[in-house]
Amino acid sequence: MDDFAIEVSRLNKAFGPVTALDELTFQVPAGSVLGLLGPNGSGKTTTVSVLSTALRPDGGRATVHGLDVVADAARVRAVIGFAGQFAAVDPNLTGRENLTLIGRLSRVDRRLARVRAAELLDQFGLSDAADRLVRGYSGGMRRRLDLAAALVHRPPVLFLDEPTTGLDPESRFRLWDAVRELARAGTTVLLTTQYLEEADALADQVVIIAHGRVAETGTPAQLKERFGSVVFTLGFAGAADALTASRQLAMAGYRAVADEADIQVRSDSGSGALPRLLRALDQVPDPVSVGIHEPTLDDVFLALTGPASADQAGLHR
Amino acid sequence: MSAAAVAGRGQRGPATRLADAVLDTVDVADRNLRSLVRTPQALVFATVQPMIFVLLFRYAFGGAIKVPGVSYVDFLMPGVFAQSVAFGAIGTAVGLSADLRSGLLVRFRTLPMSPIAVLAGRTLADLARNVLVVAVMLGVGFAVGFRSPAGVIPLLAALGLVIAFGYAASWGFIALGLRVSDPEAAQGAGVPLVFLLVFTASAFVPSADMPGWLQAFGTHQPVNALVTAERALIFGQPSGHDVLLSLAWSGGLFLVFALLGLRIYTRMNR
Repeated sequence: MDDFAIEVSRLNKAFGPVTALDELTFQVPAGSVLGLLGPNGSGKTTTVSVLSTALRPDGGRATVHGLDVVADAARVRAVIGFAGQFAAVDPNLTGRENLTLIGRLSRVDRRLARVRAAELLDQFGLSDAADRLVRGYSGGMRRRLDLAAALVHRPPVLFLDEPTTGLDPESRFRLWDAVRELARAGTTVLLTTQYLEEADALADQVVIIAHGRVAETGTPAQLKERFGSVVFTLGFAGAADALTASRQLAMAGYRAVADEADIQVRSDSGSGALPRLLRALDQVPDPVSVGIHEPTLDDVFLALTGPASADQAGLHR
Repeated sequence: MSAAAVAGRGQRGPATRLADAVLDTVDVADRNLRSLVRTPQALVFATVQPMIFVLLFRYAFGGAIKVPGVSYVDFLMPGVFAQSVAFGAIGTAVGLSADLRSGLLVRFRTLPMSPIAVLAGRTLADLARNVLVVAVMLGVGFAVGFRSPAGVIPLLAALGLVIAFGYAASWGFIALGLRVSDPEAAQGAGVPLVFLLVFTASAFVPSADMPGWLQAFGTHQPVNALVTAERALIFGQPSGHDVLLSLAWSGGLFLVFALLGLRIYTRMNR
């Protein structure tokens, strides 16, 4: 039995002159949640489309449960669930009818499809709206229904393309809970997101891609450790003290930015950073407050791709 | 669940695959019919437009159009039947185009369903809609004085040709629907084409009154073949050749556009 539920090896895909995937390679261990992170146009959607058999790659190989996504596409479709970037549900059907339809088309027999539809509507908090037409649903309800539709045939592997983009916070948290529950039950999940917070909250492993290549991989903690810098915010009694302090810190080699009575100082993470920082402030009255901002995946992401590359990627989209 | 156990579900023989395709087609058609019933404005549009044509041509223009030897309303209605299914076929493109825009077609491509069912289910639902629309137009025709001079059986045969043509025309518009992800654009592209075919055919006026170059085009296209065959049946004239010609057009259109549509659909993953 494979250790990996998904294996992606040197995948290539171009749309005319635009390279979407460039020798993309990564693996997803069975039963884990992988967060695929990247700016717009970095190749996230293309990757998920290839893995869910909606798009053929130009070159390279990808397997899901050991099945080739091109040669064995029909069998791959039986083991995957897919929820795309937009709620792909029929507005003129009820929630229940949508789930039953997708279940039937996923080769679930009619009776079981109805049972699964009822279970999922309940699980996603849509029981009350089950028999209303989806065109009257809110955006959040549609997305939840869309995710539910991907689960009718209990797929062991689930692909989610930006599942919470455009959702209000409450809907977002509900969707996170649903993904966590699936992961607990052993489903392998690959989700793409632009929200580093989301990858931090859900993913066991993060793959950051830029220009269709893997830029970095690791657990969220490893990435923060490796790339994040701690930001200290020192509050002083007055603006004059803050100015003096920032000059001294600059002389000691720190990057310090003064803002009224506060200054912000970047420092590599690691123990001992704060005492060293305070020692450099010998000649100045002690700060009245000290704030510590731990690195987030946002910092990692910016460090790796940079604002310039994000802009460029946006243009290529 | 082991990969092997799951993978076993994908292995199916040709007979099972055909049965699956039929079941999937019925499920997709059922979905499209529900959609249709719940957007009655589309259905109303599909019947109101030909109704207006009946009233306009029967009462406003009809007096000025002379068709030797027959009552104008009997001449008109076969044209109206053809017109109603020809315009209805645009609905096939509009519906598919909406599915393309909503992302539903991408979802369908990731399901273990039969690919042809996406298209066959759509056209099957549109066939059912055509039957309804033609039945309504038949009622309207009777109300304004239409009688089939040759009797009921030839009339039903003529309506059968209309339904067959409507089914082929739906397939004809699949390619458009799969290429245009904007329903309004699909509508915009379809309407002029259908107008051209319907109005250059002898749907409302005898083509003998048209200039030669227009007649040459107008009499060599599928809507004209249909209307000619309908009239031959309804007026009890020798109809074998015309009926075969219309069936050949419909069969040919169906074959060419079903293959083209399936090819476009299965290559949308490129």
